[in-house]
Parts: sequence; structure tokens; C-alpha cells
Amino acid sequence: MEWQWLPGHLDDLAAATVQHLQLSLLPVLLGLIISLPLGIVSVRWRWTYPPIFGVANLLYAVPSIALFVFMSQYVTGLSVASAIIPLALFTLSVLVPNVVDGLKQVPDPVRQAATAVGFGTLRRLMQVELPIAVPVIVAGVRVATVASISLGSVAGIMGLGGLGQLFQDGQQRDIPSEVFAGIVLTIVLAFVCDLILVVVQRALTPWTRARKGAAA
Amino acid sequence: MRKLIGLTSLGAAALLALSACGGGTPASQSTAKASSGQVVVGSANFPENVLLGEIYAQAMQGKGVKVTKKLNIGSREVYFRALKKGELSMLPEYNGALLTYLDPKASATTTDETNTQLKSKLPSGIVPLDSAQAEDKDSVVVTKETAQKYKLSTLADLKPVAGKMVMGGPPEFKTRKQGVVGLKSEYGINFKSFKSLDTAGPITVSALSKGQIQAANLFTTDPAVLTKGFVVLKDPKNLFGAQNVTPVVNDKVVPANAKQIMNQVSAKLTTDELISMMKQINVDKDDPADVAKEWLKKESL
Amino acid sequence: MSTFLQFFLHWLTSPAQWSGPDGVPARVGEHLYYTLLALAVAIVLALPVGLYTGHTGRGGFLAASIANFARALPTIGLLVIIVQGLGIGLLPPLIVLVALAIPPVLINTYEGIRNVDAELKDAARGVGMTGTEVLFRVELPAAMPLILLGLRTAAIQIVATATVAAYVGLGGLGRFIFDGLSRQDYQALAGGTVFAVLLALAVSLVFMLLRRLLVPRGVRLQEKA
Repeated sequence: MEWQWLPGHLDDLAAATVQHLQLSLLPVLLGLIISLPLGIVSVRWRWTYPPIFGVANLLYAVPSIALFVFMSQYVTGLSVASAIIPLALFTLSVLVPNVVDGLKQVPDPVRQAATAVGFGTLRRLMQVELPIAVPVIVAGVRVATVASISLGSVAGIMGLGGLGQLFQDGQQRDIPSEVFAGIVLTIVLAFVCDLILVVVQRALTPWTRARKGAAA
Repeated sequence: MRKLIGLTSLGAAALLALSACGGGTPASQSTAKASSGQVVVGSANFPENVLLGEIYAQAMQGKGVKVTKKLNIGSREVYFRALKKGELSMLPEYNGALLTYLDPKASATTTDETNTQLKSKLPSGIVPLDSAQAEDKDSVVVTKETAQKYKLSTLADLKPVAGKMVMGGPPEFKTRKQGVVGLKSEYGINFKSFKSLDTAGPITVSALSKGQIQAANLFTTDPAVLTKGFVVLKDPKNLFGAQNVTPVVNDKVVPANAKQIMNQVSAKLTTDELISMMKQINVDKDDPADVAKEWLKKESL
Repeated sequence: MSTFLQFFLHWLTSPAQWSGPDGVPARVGEHLYYTLLALAVAIVLALPVGLYTGHTGRGGFLAASIANFARALPTIGLLVIIVQGLGIGLLPPLIVLVALAIPPVLINTYEGIRNVDAELKDAARGVGMTGTEVLFRVELPAAMPLILLGLRTAAIQIVATATVAAYVGLGGLGRFIFDGLSRQDYQALAGGTVFAVLLALAVSLVFMLLRRLLVPRGVRLQEKA
């Protein structure tokens, strides 16, 4: 592989990376905003779970290329929404089950204790159940983020920007080093975001650390 | 307290992502309509069209026109619709290809015929400017060995041997008149089979070199033809028609001086110039934007 | 949405679709072939590693890291660079699909074996079973639900992603999608997509059946409790 293409194009690589970040992180945020209420509803009213879960699973099975093509041809055309909406839909397939699992694994005694102390349903949800569900939910956000960053490169093939553009150009002009750079940047981006999320999770659940400290 | 910090940091990260998104990256400007006086240049997502987009865009910028570039768009459906809506002001099209897109049954062979029919088929408000001499046509290409083996020099020579050959090209080549369909009707050519590959790119070139296909659809401006010693089969019936580079504009959003500049550029663009620029891009791996700048300087545009 | 449905139904009902090398059955067959091949290779590579690391408890961090790394790999980029190195053929998409399938199989097998009730493992050793016997006669059956879930996840991901094989000139349902896009044949595009989803659902159902067959009754009952 010849590397001479790389040194002259570092700022292009940087620009593509930044664009890719916007392209792939926003869908995760959107997915979270949608899946939290959906998950809460599924746990509270058990009968809604099968249809919600079914749709989430269905989204997971749709070939990503088809969704990007469909969006840009029929719905949102040139705008970034053509990439963001499909990616957000894909994150739902990971986030909804995780929100549900997270809430379900809250021990019953804890829930009952909260009610006993006088917490209303909403307060119990916000101050007890969700915080306890955070580790499982964040685990889902981590997977969704990595998947979104990886899938986001498909958007580049459609001309919607991001690191995928490097794959497209590198393929058309036969520049393997450009493709390689795109692959490396995608992986690095995914790892960095994953790490940040681990830190965020630690910040949101101080009690898990305290418990470990006490046990030691 | 800790939870508050945690939630705030998450919220801050979210706001950062959102604000960066709205912060004027090329992708986010996509839905803004071309405002008066500002020209939005689009292009398809293959290197030659990106080059053409750069050439016209930079030529206009050099003369003081405000230009935004929205290059590398993935499908003609998407960018043509954007042109009609005014989201794009101009596309560096090819008259023959655009005509076939608008009317798959069209049969024009010369530049003038093509342009006349094109003018009538374009929706109102969308206008073609002057065509350049430069053409980029489809062609059927074989390796030197194959040409020698079967004594091939024109498309008609393929008729007796095509049944032993696999034809490779982009998926649409199989169903187009300026493709497998026309090759059969005009030259009586029946290939053994068709392999859908990339759009006249490295995959097709490699498949031809390796013998995975025996005939390939490449573009006449492709430097691979020269570098690999391929033989372009002659097309005496002009099946592949006229494919002059022809800027197409949305009349309502393009000022007159911009049109004039584009016509000046088209007047200087020849097929040979285009081929040599494509060599710089595909073989020397130079960026389309730089190659465009150099050429414009050379031509004092 | 109605246009999509219209496209699909129109495409479905034209007779040309159902015969010949470009027809639906042939493409579905190709797609299944790529899927099963990739799944088989992924199982051969990842299952033993998962079993070993789960049983011994060593290498869990490595397994998780490999899985994370593979999940971050961009499929298209990987495919392009492998094709640039090896040329077109079956191998490039196969490598990419196997890379995609390894994380779920590896992680789920590892987790499944690790999370088998410690008392169960103790009891097995107490009865005199050797390490290998414990693994295959106790841990594996107990971990079956999770392992099958990993296989199912991998299979569905492969079905959805095998559409990229068409990007490098191969067959499968991706052919309808890519050809449809380039020929502006949106009916084919819709058809290819729907069939890919249907195939994924069929795979899902097959795994539900496998679950009934392979998960020992005792484990299944325990899950329900």
C-alpha cells in the first residue's frame, strides 16, 4: 500500500471525522429520547411490549442500505435527515430492549420500599427505577453508539457525508490508503466514544463504586 | 448532586452535538434554497463529475459570483429533483445521458439532435447551456489479447464471438438502449452473460484484466484504457450517441453573468483536456479541486 | 409508505420475477448460501473460543475487546479494502460477514458459560466429572439459551448485511437493491428490501424452533420460573 496520499489530506480526514461524529451521535440521542418513553410504557403496560419489541426487532433486520436509499429518494432528499433518521431507527432496536431490561431488573423489594416510603409512581420512576436501570441502559447506549458510528459510513456511499465518503472516493480512484484511513478513524472514533460513555456511566452511578469500596 | 452533574454533562454533550450540527457544515446547508445571486453547484458521485462541478464552480467564484458546492450526490433522481426545486442551481450534465434519463426511448445520435430533443424534454425552467466539445461516452472495451484472439476492432466484430464472452458493467448498462439492449438490436450482439459491477471503475477494470469478464463497459475518458492497453471497439452506428458535457441550470436561480462564465468554460473544454485531467485524478491521485484550479489557470478562466 | 407498498406488490406479481438466474428464488438461494457459509465459519471460529474462555474464566477481557473491535468495523470500508487486495469473488464479502458475526457468538457463548450457576458446576465436579465433562454435559446445555440467542443475533445481522455482497458483483438479495437503485427500478428495490426482512424473520423462526429442540427441558422450565 502506498501511503503518499495521506500526508496532504489530513485536514480532509479531520473534516470527514467531525462530520461523521455529527452524523452518528445525533441518531443515538434521538433513539434514546424515543426509546426511554417506549421502554417505560412497555414495562408499565405489559401488553404493549410484544408489538413494540417486534417493531424494534424488525428495524434491526432491515438492510441498512435500503433504508438510506429509501429515505433519500422519497422522504428527505439531500438533507442530513436522510442519514439521521435511518440511523436513529436502527438504534431503537438496541435501546428499547435495553431500557426494558434495565427497568425490569430493578429488584421488587426496592420498588416496594420506595412506595412504602411514600413515593408516587412518577417519582419512583425518576428517582429510583431509572437510576438503578442506568448501567443496563448505558450498556445499550454504548452498543448503539458503536453500531451507529460503524453504520454511518454507509451514508457516505449515498453522498451524505462522513467517513463513508473516504470509502467511496478511495474505491472509485483506487486509493487503498484512503480507505484504510477511513477504517482506522471509524474504529478509533468508536473506541473513544465508548470510553466517554463508560466515564459518564461511572459519574451517573456513584453508588456502584461506593458498594465496591465498602465490600473491600 | 452527583446525579445532577452526570445528567448535566450528558445534556451538555447533547447540546454540543446539536449545535455542531446546525453550525454550517456543508451537509446541514442542504435544505436551504439557493438564494438570489448565489449559485449552488451540484454533481453526481463519481470523480469526473466532481471535477466538472469544481471547474464550473471555481470559474464562477474567480469572477466574483457567490458559489456553494454540493458535490458527490448519490443518485440522479435526488439531484435532479433538487435542481427542479431550486435547491441546486446547476448540474454539469451529459446531454445524451440526461436525455435518456428523461426519455428512455429517445434515439438521438448527433450533438445537435441530442440538444434539440433535450430542450424539448426538460421541464420548464430547466435550461441547458452551451455544450462543450468534450464528450464522455460509454464504450465496450476488451483486452489487447482478446482483440487479437478474435480479431476485434469494431462492435460488429463481436457478433460471432459474443456468445463466449461475459460482459461486465454497471447494473443499468444491462437494461439501457445505450447498453446491452442496444448492442443486441443494433449490432446483433448476444453475450453469454452479464455481470453487474461498479460504474466503469476499478472493480470493472480489475475484472477485465483478470479475465473474470471478457468485455467491459468503460467510459471514453477513463485513463485505464491507456494505462492497461485496452482496446476500445469502434461504434460506427453511433449507438452510444453524443455525450457532450452540458451544464444544465435552473433558470430562475442563475444570474446571467454566471451563465456567460459557464459558456466560456464549456467553449474551452475538449475531450483531450478532460482525458488528461482524469489521468491526473485517477492515476496520479490528485484531488479534483486542485486539478480544476490548475486547468482554469492554464486556460485563463 | 403507500408508494413503497405499491412498488413491492407490483414487483411481486410480475411473472419474470420468479424464474431464471435473476429471479427471486435464485437470489434468495444465493443469499441463504452466503448467510449459512458465513454463520458456519463464524461458529467454527468463535464458539470454541467462547466455550474455552467461559469455562476457564480466563481471557474474558480479550474476548470482550475482540468483540468490541469487530463491532466497530465499518462493513463497506472493510469490503472495499479487501476487494482492492484480493479482487472480486466470494472471499471478500465472506470475510466481512464472518467478522460481523463473531462478536455476538463469542460474547454470548462466553457469558452463557460464565453465568451458569456456580452450585451446578460444583455439584458436577462433586459427582466426579472431569473439566471437559463439566463443560459439555453441564455448562453447555445450561448455557444453550444464551448461545442460541448469540447465534440468532449473528444470523439476522448476516442476513441484513449480506446485501453488500452485491456491491462487488455477487448475487443475493442485495442485487435487487443495488440494481434497482442504478436502474431506477424502485419496485425491485422495494422487493429486495422486503424479502431481506422476510428472510431475517424466517431465520428468527428457525431459531425459535432450534430452541425447542436444543435447549434441555429442564433449563427451559427453569427459565420460565
